[in-house]
Amino acid sequence: MFTTQLCRHLERWSARNVTRFIKHDRNICTSMSVFSNKTKQIELTRNRYPDLKKGPYADLTGQDVDYFSNLLPGRVLTDASDLEGSNTDWLGTCRGSSQLLLRPKTTDEVSKILEYCNGRKLAVVPQGGNTGLVGGSVPVFDEIIISTQLMNQIISLDDISGTLECQAGCVLAALDSYVSDSNLTMPLDLGAKGSCHIGGNLSTNAGGVRLLRYGSLHGSVLGLEAVLASGEIIDCKSTLRKDNTGYDLKQLFIGSEGTLGIITAVSILCPQKPKSVSVAFLGCESFETVLSIFKQAKHSLGEILLAFEFMDSASMDTVRDNLNLTSPVSEFPFYVLIETGGSDGKHDEEKLTAFLENQMSSGLISDGTVATESTKIANIWGLRERMAEGLMVDGYNYKYDVSLPLSKFYQLVDDMRDRVGGLATRVVGYGHVGDGNLHLNVTSPQYDEELMSLIEPFIYDWVSKYKGSISAEHGLGFKKRNFIYHSKSKSAVDLMKRMKLLMDPNGILNPYKLLPDN
Amino acid sequence: MSAYRVLVGCKRVIDYAVKIRVKPDKLGVVTDGVKHSMNPFDEIAIEEAIRLKEKKLASEVVAFSCGPTASQETLRTAMAMGADRAIHVEIDGKEAETLQPIHVAKLLSKVAQEEKIDIIMLGKQAIDDDCNQTAQMTASLLNWPQATFASKIENDNGSFKVTREIDGGLETIKVKLPAVISADLRLNEPRYATLPNIMKAKKKPLAKKKPSDYGVEVKAHQQVLKVEDPPVRQAGQKLETVEDLVVKLKDGGFV
Repeated sequence: MFTTQLCRHLERWSARNVTRFIKHDRNICTSMSVFSNKTKQIELTRNRYPDLKKGPYADLTGQDVDYFSNLLPGRVLTDASDLEGSNTDWLGTCRGSSQLLLRPKTTDEVSKILEYCNGRKLAVVPQGGNTGLVGGSVPVFDEIIISTQLMNQIISLDDISGTLECQAGCVLAALDSYVSDSNLTMPLDLGAKGSCHIGGNLSTNAGGVRLLRYGSLHGSVLGLEAVLASGEIIDCKSTLRKDNTGYDLKQLFIGSEGTLGIITAVSILCPQKPKSVSVAFLGCESFETVLSIFKQAKHSLGEILLAFEFMDSASMDTVRDNLNLTSPVSEFPFYVLIETGGSDGKHDEEKLTAFLENQMSSGLISDGTVATESTKIANIWGLRERMAEGLMVDGYNYKYDVSLPLSKFYQLVDDMRDRVGGLATRVVGYGHVGDGNLHLNVTSPQYDEELMSLIEPFIYDWVSKYKGSISAEHGLGFKKRNFIYHSKSKSAVDLMKRMKLLMDPNGILNPYKLLPDN
Repeated sequence: MSAYRVLVGCKRVIDYAVKIRVKPDKLGVVTDGVKHSMNPFDEIAIEEAIRLKEKKLASEVVAFSCGPTASQETLRTAMAMGADRAIHVEIDGKEAETLQPIHVAKLLSKVAQEEKIDIIMLGKQAIDDDCNQTAQMTASLLNWPQATFASKIENDNGSFKVTREIDGGLETIKVKLPAVISADLRLNEPRYATLPNIMKAKKKPLAKKKPSDYGVEVKAHQQVLKVEDPPVRQAGQKLETVEDLVVKLKDGGFV
């Protein structure tokens, strides 16, 4: 029940320095699981998709490498083993063969890099924390990787307005830690926070567990700076809450997954950090119960509701079996995690306790626990946030993230389970039920063509039938780009293609991503 | 084999995850409006006591805390985990700041005698003062055996076999009851308090007492002269290449 942090504190006084509790942070687990996947030799994307051909891009030459080495001395990687991690995605499902990784420190350097690449017609992949789940952050062929790792300066924080300005390579957890000193919080939170970069969050319009409370990045981002394929720097920096002067260009870049420009700086509005946070973890007999609790929670907890997540029993089995986590409640078909927080700790706790007592007396909740201490809260969140990590242990993870009307929400999981039968190790459903966003995952020991053919396009057709989104928050990246028509009209996609052509005529920015091949 | 009566001490401390700030007068740390919770080692002690009850070795678990009114929240948590009742010795804010293990030990020993306790379970130390003295002092005042830094407790017919974590490794000792035991990190993993138990805990008896009820004086023996932040860590240096590192190491006389 104790996190690594608490153990480290307690260990100072403990005679022995052995800790039995597994390291928690996804950052560390990234390298651990990627390492274990490396030893399994992930198939190159270009081999898995032999029909996909490299676009009209130049091949890297020694002269190119020399140019970059002069531009960014000591910040150019060419050694294959150094590039392994950046060539492979976090899930271990996509692997490229880039021979060059660049680490600029300033917007100006990014501009010079892109100007050169555009002139030479060299394709590039912008890469932040490389935690994306749709293969959008890694090369497909030999695209040059432009990493924002060294663009990690915080520029300013205005603690009255709550406006934070920083470079695109700042890690989300580091930013959250920084602003919390001024009683502020970042307006988004996700399991990858220990590794993901804010630039990447913006490029993918990341959602996360707090979207319910703070809304999407389209609302909380006040301004940004981006570099186009030509090297032209587009300055949309702003710290103003309201500014209706012309087309809101920043919205184009947010969610464009690095295909329209590379975001280099961000200004974002940070809300007040809740004075005290409480988390309730409840067991539910059915999915209908989950929805009833959601309705009641909105009614009774309203403005102090921070997050509302659910997981099914298969998800609980995953984190229990694969990560040795313990459930605070007994076995149930479904579990709900409710987080509340506001400006008056005592008042919020009373509200939550009253809500829970009411639901218990009415029989809606059969079992659950409530936590206000940071360790317990972290542990309960761990059951939900470490799901992706837990699923990886099974081997290969077929990961889907869809938006569906709540009336049809869990049916997809049941239908998928019936369809794949014994071919899959497990089929789990969990996610941001409060936002109508389901994370459906299937696992098997290794990549299985037959299993994949059962899953796709079945899942996309199913979602399309109920007018849902085939990708609620993960984006399209490489893996889902060809299913865009399941959720967007032809007219919309055509306009997207025209805009891409306008802003990146040579198509060097993150090719084979987001837009469909046809 | 008769069932034992267990007394568990728990202390309300600043939550471990909170960033500690020194007060402007440098005589203490800021506690107003700061998140507090039960001392983690005390949670482990409560958990062990509850497990003894589940094994039918204990008949009753009494939770004990001395401090300001807010300590009652800590006692409610203890009861939500499974303690049967609680005793709160009310000590006002000012006096609580200067409360020392010797005072707590005196109170514990008086309570133990009054309540006919067989086992006193404590956390090995509190994470705010790091004293690691209460268990030892209590045992001495009662002239009871002590088993400190317990990482495993086994029943042995009227005695307990306790494995202790010590500098050299693990030491196993046998203590005859009644005894004082202090819990170390690896003794167990404390359970979550379930909602039904949290609700039941509200109705469990919580006795409110004063130090004078036990004839114990809690006047300060010590005076805090100064509280300071630890020195700011010097920034490390980031070097671009291995060659730079070798030069720096040579300059510093390390190689």
